[in-house]
Amino acid sequence: MSRLAASDVAVGTELPERVFPVTRADLVRYAGASGDFNPIHWNERVALEVGLPGVIAHGMFTMALAGRVVTEWAGDPGALVEYHVRFGRPVLVPDDHAGGELTVRGRVAALLEDNRARVDLTVTSQGDKVLSLARAVVALA
Amino acid sequence: MALDRDLVGRSYPPSAVYEVGRGKIAEFATAIGADDPVHRDPDAARAAGYPDVIAPPTFAIALTLEAANVVLGDPDVSLDYSRVVHGEQRFTHHRPMCAGDRLVATTTIEAVRSIGGNDLLTTRVDVATEDGEPVCAATSMLVARGGA
Repeated sequence: MSRLAASDVAVGTELPERVFPVTRADLVRYAGASGDFNPIHWNERVALEVGLPGVIAHGMFTMALAGRVVTEWAGDPGALVEYHVRFGRPVLVPDDHAGGELTVRGRVAALLEDNRARVDLTVTSQGDKVLSLARAVVALA
Repeated sequence: MALDRDLVGRSYPPSAVYEVGRGKIAEFATAIGADDPVHRDPDAARAAGYPDVIAPPTFAIALTLEAANVVLGDPDVSLDYSRVVHGEQRFTHHRPMCAGDRLVATTTIEAVRSIGGNDLLTTRVDVATEDGEPVCAATSMLVARGGA
């Protein structure tokens, strides 16, 4: 892939919406790859004990999936220069074949200097917003 | 228990060198479903202008979370970790992390606040090569929920 040109982007440009299924297996794989083995991300008993409604996705896994929507649109994972999220609600991941889901929408909110663009993300699960102030700055060609 | 505001600005000694491996990058990319060949194929990465395969942007957490643990081990930081949740996360990338990078992480306490009975602790981890070239900064805000 090659990097998207800043001249092809305007304020208001919408990124393609993506829906990601999230299963327990995804969380176990992410735990191993990231080194975050907090049991609330794979153990129902522990999740319930600490007052959660069930096993939830790692916030950083949610952030990674939402980040892919930006980098795959920009055409280069190295294009992301700034990325911020606030974790609002957890993403519940039931222990069944369907699991949970994450819907990610993005929109160019500002054009910055040096061919950079700010993308504001809307990230929901089962209709609830799970991230707030989710913003990425990409360096375009 | 409220955190001492004098902690703000406290910096910890740099981490041991972390060498970024191609295998670890590929494993992380697979875990987040990132199938861009620049994460796995050195030729594709070079064609895109990088010296070797590059890590996905949030890969930095694998390194910075570990580095920030130094704060959790500080006896002056009284935080009930069983009640800690991740509140916010920011990455500033000077360039992508690349296989072969030898990185050092330095952790600083950036902010301490109490809001509505919750303790908020913000740490910043600056990641640079062992030669001092800045690579990224990761800022994490942790929330210790106040007891019921």
